[in-house]
Formats: sequence, structure tokens, C-alpha cells
Amino acid sequence: MTLRVGVVVFPGSNCEHDVVEAVTALGGEAELIWHGDRSLGRSDAVVLPGGFAHGDYLRTGALARFSPIMETVGRFADDGGPVVGICNGFQILTEAGLLPGVLQKNYGLKFLCETVELRVSSAASVLTNQLEPGRVLRIPINHFEGSYLCDSRTLTELRNESRIVLRYTDNPNGSLDDIAGITNKAGNVVGLMPHPERAYTTLLGSDDGAALLRCLLTADRVPAASSSPR
Amino acid sequence: MTCYSVFVEVALRPGIADPQGATIERALPTLGFGAVHGVRVGKAFRFEVEAATDDDARSQATALASRLLSNPVMEDSSVSVEVVA
Repeated sequence: MTLRVGVVVFPGSNCEHDVVEAVTALGGEAELIWHGDRSLGRSDAVVLPGGFAHGDYLRTGALARFSPIMETVGRFADDGGPVVGICNGFQILTEAGLLPGVLQKNYGLKFLCETVELRVSSAASVLTNQLEPGRVLRIPINHFEGSYLCDSRTLTELRNESRIVLRYTDNPNGSLDDIAGITNKAGNVVGLMPHPERAYTTLLGSDDGAALLRCLLTADRVPAASSSPR
Repeated sequence: MTCYSVFVEVALRPGIADPQGATIERALPTLGFGAVHGVRVGKAFRFEVEAATDDDARSQATALASRLLSNPVMEDSSVSVEVVA
């Protein structure tokens, strides 16, 4: 059965078509879902794409969490549905309380747009469950606020529960513990700053992003019992 | 109901790196402000709220400041309230 990915479009999103293109090329189905809707339709998985939702006014992701669709996304995640936030989508997931921590301005105060190396740190998520920990992936980043920050208790939890899924091999933005992507307790909600959809075919310089997206495209619902803390 | 004027200041918590503040501070000596240090960048908000009492106005403003205007992972907020003359 083909997995169907709902890609949420906020005012100011700008990577939604890239995600649709990548998912379709990799054999999945994808549909755009307007942020003002309350239904995810027949989606088996949800992607919050990159961009500048609601202009990133106030803080990145701060206003997007009030979009009507986010209540539905929250319930979908609580029920174990796979949810992936890429870049601005990651920032939205932290503001919405679906993932812990926050993305701060890059340490060097530069907008970073380059291909970086990531190391898979945990296979316990819907985006990495077929990947060998330690595997190195080349995937682009494209952000100004990508420096991950959380309190020390949360960091200890993330480490002990294998919830840091991707780390930079050469930290570009000052991110705590080289964190590029994390997951929730159940492993069904993942946020990452790099853009796998921009590396799904060698034509784009790397097809390492396809390895991540293929995990999502074969993802199952995680049992709801261990739903994430809100 | 009385109209209160509210001022909310949002600042990065102590110990949180502030690359903007550091960059501003590094620029200051060229303008002759070499004695200035400890620069931190934050946000300020002004709005008005209808409330029955000072306490009510303050508690509405404090709730708004902590639930929306600041992110408690990295920011603190402070609220001051006064009656609109």
C-alpha cells in the first residue's frame, strides 16, 4: 500500500512542493493541506515543511502553533501518527510542545545555506528506523535559527532515551551536543533542521535524504500508549 | 472596567548565549563607548487591557507574557501595568 503524506502549508511555508516532489519520486503519495483546515484527510503521515510560517513573527514557529490544523496534528501525533518537522517545521513542533527545547539564532549570526554531514545517532524514530547508527549522510541546511537549546535535564533525557536522532559531524550553528534532529518518547514525532527533501536524488548533489524519507514512507503508527509529553 | 496600559519586557535568561548582544558590544568601542558592557538584546511589547482591578490586569498580562510573548526555555518576561490616564 502506498503511504500518503499530508504536507501542511502555512502562510510563508516555502518547501512544501519540494517535499511533495521528493515523496512522489520515492513512490509515496503526497497532498498539500492548508493550515486553516482542521482535517488531515486520508494522511498516513504528516510533514511540516520549511519556510517562514506566519512570517516567523514574534519567534520562529510561535504563531504557527495557533493555526487550526495544529490541534489536529497534535491529536494525530498523540495517537502515534508519524509527524516530521523539517527546519521551520522543527521550530513549530518545539513551540507547539510536541518536541522539547527551542531553536535559537545560529551562534555565528550567519544564515547558513550549505551541505553538511550528519551522523545517524539513533534508529529509534520514524525517520531513521532503517538506518545504521553511525552512518554519515550529506544533506543541506538552510537556516538562521537552528542552534538547538534545552535545559540540562531534558538533554540528559534525550541522551538516555536515544532520542537524539541526527548529529552534525562538524557543528555549523552552535547547536547543543551537535544536535541536528530529535524525536519524542514514542519515536513518531521527529524534528530536524537539515532538508532531506533537497537531497533525494544525486541530481541534487546527494541522495542521502532519500534514506531518511524512505523510513518515513514505510512508517507504521506507533502504539499510542507511550504518547509524547505535551 | 478600567483600561490599563501594559508594558512587557522579554529578555534572554541569564547564561543563554546572546550573539546579537555580543556583536553590538564588539561594535561599541569604535563609537567611543568602550566602557559599555553586558549588552543583551530582548523584545518589548505595549498593549492595553480592560480589567476590573490592578491585580486582574496584571494576571492577564502575565499569563499572556509567559504563554505567548516569551518562550520559557530561553526567555524571562517582566510585566508592568498602569492605569491609562
